[in-house]
Amino acid sequence: MISQLPALQVVIPLIGAPLCIILRRGALPWLVALLASWVALAMAATLLSQVGDGEVISYAVGGWLAPLGIEYRIDVLNAYMMLLVAGTSSIVLPFAYKSVAKEIPEEKHYLFYSGFLLMLTGLLGMAITGDAFNVFVFIEISSLSSYAMIAMGRDRRALSAAFTYLVMGTVGATFFLIGVGLIYAVTGTLNMADLADRLPPIYESRTVLAAFAFISVGILLKLALFPLHLWLPNAYTYAPSVVTAFLAATATKVALYLLLRFGYTVFGADFVFDIVPSSQVLLALALVGVVVASTVAIFQNDVKRLLAYSSVAQVGYIVLGISYANVTGLTASIVHIFNHAATKGALFLAMGCIAYAAGACRLESFAGLGKRMPMTMAAFVIGGLSLIGVPLTAGFVSKWYLVLGALEKGWWPVAVVILATSLLAAVYVWRVVEVAYFRDPPAEGPVLSDPPFALLAPTWILTGACVYFGIETSLSVGFAEQAALFLMGGS
Amino acid sequence: MEVLGHFNYWIVVVLMMIGFYALIARGNLIKKIVGLNIFQASVFLLFISFGKVTGGSAPIIAEGIEVYSNPLPHVLILTAIVVGVATTALGLALVVRINERYGTIEETEIAQMDGES
Amino acid sequence: MLILTLIIPLAGAVVISMLDRTPNLRETATLLTAALLFALNIALAIDVFDGARPTFEIAGFIPGAPIMLGAEPLGVIFGLIASGLWIVTSVYSIGYMRGKNEANQTRFFTFFAIALASTMGVAYGGNLISLFIFYEALSLSTYPLVTHHNNEAARQGGRTYLGVLLGTSIGFFLFGVLWVWLEAGTVAFVPGGVLPDGTDWALVAPMLALFIFGIGKVGVMPFHRWLPAAMVAPTPVSALLHAVAVVKAGVFSVLKVTYYTFGIDLLSATGSSDFFLWVAAATIVIASIIALRQDNLKRRLAYSTVSQLSYIVLAAMLANSAGIVGGALHIASHAFGKITLFFCAGAIYVAANKTTVSQLRGIGRAMPWTMTFFAIGAISIIGLPPTAGFVSKWYILQGVIDAGQPAMAGVLIVSTLLSAAYLMPIVYTAFFQAPEASGAPTHGEAPPTILIALGVSVALTFAMFVFSESALKAAFQITGGI
Repeated sequence: MISQLPALQVVIPLIGAPLCIILRRGALPWLVALLASWVALAMAATLLSQVGDGEVISYAVGGWLAPLGIEYRIDVLNAYMMLLVAGTSSIVLPFAYKSVAKEIPEEKHYLFYSGFLLMLTGLLGMAITGDAFNVFVFIEISSLSSYAMIAMGRDRRALSAAFTYLVMGTVGATFFLIGVGLIYAVTGTLNMADLADRLPPIYESRTVLAAFAFISVGILLKLALFPLHLWLPNAYTYAPSVVTAFLAATATKVALYLLLRFGYTVFGADFVFDIVPSSQVLLALALVGVVVASTVAIFQNDVKRLLAYSSVAQVGYIVLGISYANVTGLTASIVHIFNHAATKGALFLAMGCIAYAAGACRLESFAGLGKRMPMTMAAFVIGGLSLIGVPLTAGFVSKWYLVLGALEKGWWPVAVVILATSLLAAVYVWRVVEVAYFRDPPAEGPVLSDPPFALLAPTWILTGACVYFGIETSLSVGFAEQAALFLMGGS
Repeated sequence: MEVLGHFNYWIVVVLMMIGFYALIARGNLIKKIVGLNIFQASVFLLFISFGKVTGGSAPIIAEGIEVYSNPLPHVLILTAIVVGVATTALGLALVVRINERYGTIEETEIAQMDGES
Repeated sequence: MLILTLIIPLAGAVVISMLDRTPNLRETATLLTAALLFALNIALAIDVFDGARPTFEIAGFIPGAPIMLGAEPLGVIFGLIASGLWIVTSVYSIGYMRGKNEANQTRFFTFFAIALASTMGVAYGGNLISLFIFYEALSLSTYPLVTHHNNEAARQGGRTYLGVLLGTSIGFFLFGVLWVWLEAGTVAFVPGGVLPDGTDWALVAPMLALFIFGIGKVGVMPFHRWLPAAMVAPTPVSALLHAVAVVKAGVFSVLKVTYYTFGIDLLSATGSSDFFLWVAAATIVIASIIALRQDNLKRRLAYSTVSQLSYIVLAAMLANSAGIVGGALHIASHAFGKITLFFCAGAIYVAANKTTVSQLRGIGRAMPWTMTFFAIGAISIIGLPPTAGFVSKWYILQGVIDAGQPAMAGVLIVSTLLSAAYLMPIVYTAFFQAPEASGAPTHGEAPPTILIALGVSVALTFAMFVFSESALKAAFQITGGI
């Protein structure tokens, strides 16, 4: 059983999806999704415990051996990612029970949970696989299901948001496919480990350079790095609350994992940083993205949109850490993948609570919420503090390493920008805080009070994680550092 | 001359650009999906062209044939075609729903209606 | 035992927040917590002045930079002042909040306790990163106190408050901490500093700048705006800000960083602190001049505080042991003196509803005790015997002479005259000018709880003068000198 874990990690949620459709009545789809997610979490934790010391688990799908067969290859980095994805879904699904009941018509619930499990499958598959084309397949599985999920939002703009995301996402995935095709053409293999062996002799060839360009653009679009982020604000704003929370915490993070995987494992740091000027390009795009996105966030009147732009900025921070090409920077990025997932997950779940109670997520809807929904707003404030990077929150730990990495390279202007944009984050977080605590609640409108425990508990679990991992960093930083050293040490 | 030998790849580039152009420049949502399809088709052609081995025949085992074209790209493209079909189906479904909710499938009109709400 | 300095006020905060229905019990909880904390600080003081240096690690945090507590003489002095004055301020607050029938009192006392916990964290922060963390916690936990009135003015004041404090701490202070970490490989506090000997001026001076400007709570210009902006808070909060917690946390951090991170030998060898002597001097003089022109009493006292805080910065930047001692003493003397003045301002507001100096004509007739206490506080701020201010000013002057900075002596003299100029006229107006409306006074003395608190703070002002030798011995423990 244990030896089949890698396959089961993907298969269990995959089977869960049609099961939801078969068992369509009542709470059964939700139960199936919940169980599949929790089992996936257990499996991810087991896998992580097995690869803790630099070991790599290799699993041949269908018994066909690599490099001809598809191989699932698990090391510290992707075990960490799978834990993140499965963990997020396990926390978000209990929340979904009530939230989905309110936001989505009942006859579509089974479709919702089925789609959710497909998203989970796709993301886990993207993380676990060691075959370049297999990555494309799983990218499309997760993307297609997320297009459908986003379109389930109440507002009709969810439909156009989903359509735009579909078009842009497919273009990105197709670029990725072109890149994979090109490297297949010159090396004859699709297995990542094998590619790592076969690519170095032909680094200078134009094909490999073109392939890298196509693959990177495809991945950068999926992770919404400026200026390829245009699909994100609308998609996050109009999707159902649960979908936004799940996507914000996982989708871009898995794409970041892919960037690391293809950059460090397949192509190799020598190629990516010495032959191609990735460091400068990523640095420039990341810095501009962080500044622009943080600034735009300040002027948003819809809080979900504000948080979406904030996510674009935070992704910029992660890419910034990668551009340093040193261990501290890489550690910062990987730890921020984790910390940001906890932070944005908590914030979007808090938004889900507010959507549940107030029906809307505009800034005006926040008036007086400090008094009426104290637990929810407290979670929002803590999440906001983590976004700013106040000490004792997870965000501070990431910022610490990020600035340290910049200073280690002697790039102190970059450090200044990071700190300055943290203050921009303070501005847009405080806008919301002021409206919530300083304005009186409106006289008419729905009766506002803290949502039921089923909604508050997952929100507070993630909020607690924000605080816990801001103080006790041995797990988050420990694994991140291991992963960083593993990647940079050459695999 | 090399140009004629690379005929396939020229077609790939031309199709890709046509598809991309239709995707970006056309406001009608269905035309965008068509553009997307053309774009994807060009990539399929690219892969299959890679797989051709000089003097090779179709990759189906038959008597008397010794050189076969590479079957792997064919398999990959079968998968990619399926993905493309699913994407198109989803895209068209979205267009149907957009038409129901907005009453139009022109991008500019939709953007206008979105801006007003 | 060290960790109790955090646990007691935090536990107190939890208890206080639960006692919303029973105000008397709630007030008792506050006083009990404060008393317990003070007793704990005394116990710690006894240990530390005996030579012990207890530490306590709270969490591993970042490898090599744990969150920890560590007690040493400077921290103990600050801790004693903070916890002792908490008791006094709590007594005062009870009188004030009830006298004004303020809303949200439970929230007020709860966050008060949390702010004190953060202050204890600052006092006993065992390394630079822990100091920074509790410093930030203090900024955040005092925000609800500053914006207590929940109106538009409070919101604006809160924005300036948090904007300046977070802006300086994230923009400069954090940068400085990271830079030290990078250069020295550690964030520990070591007497004599952690930077390697022979570090160049070009490195030390900008680093020092990051700290001096980054520790916004010390109010060095141009980052002083948060102080007058915070006057929108109820007066007990202003008293807390200006005597107990926030500003003293700022100057304490400056002293601590000067002595334990940079080291006075390195600073005097590289001459890096000279520039900041002038920054501090400018702040002292300019703030005093602005204070002269303020009619609103609390704002006048706010600018006076900005000026007095830079005395301590000046003392620290002298980079000699007399300066450190003088600075530490001034933490105490300014605390006692300023809290007295703010208590009086609040008393006048509660009893007579007056907020500006021009309204105070002849108020000495109706409120003789309050104004007498005000006069004594004023004398301490000016720095005349027999008050505490004289003791600390003497030592700062000693430090100035030791450092060979005659210009600074001039600055001290000028600012003494200026503080007399902005404080004594208030006393004169109160006692020697006829009230505007003739006839029976419309109000009486301040409520008794306020007067008690005032009495205690005034007594402390005298006590520090009378027992100046013990105060000196305590301060000298820091530098281990003479």
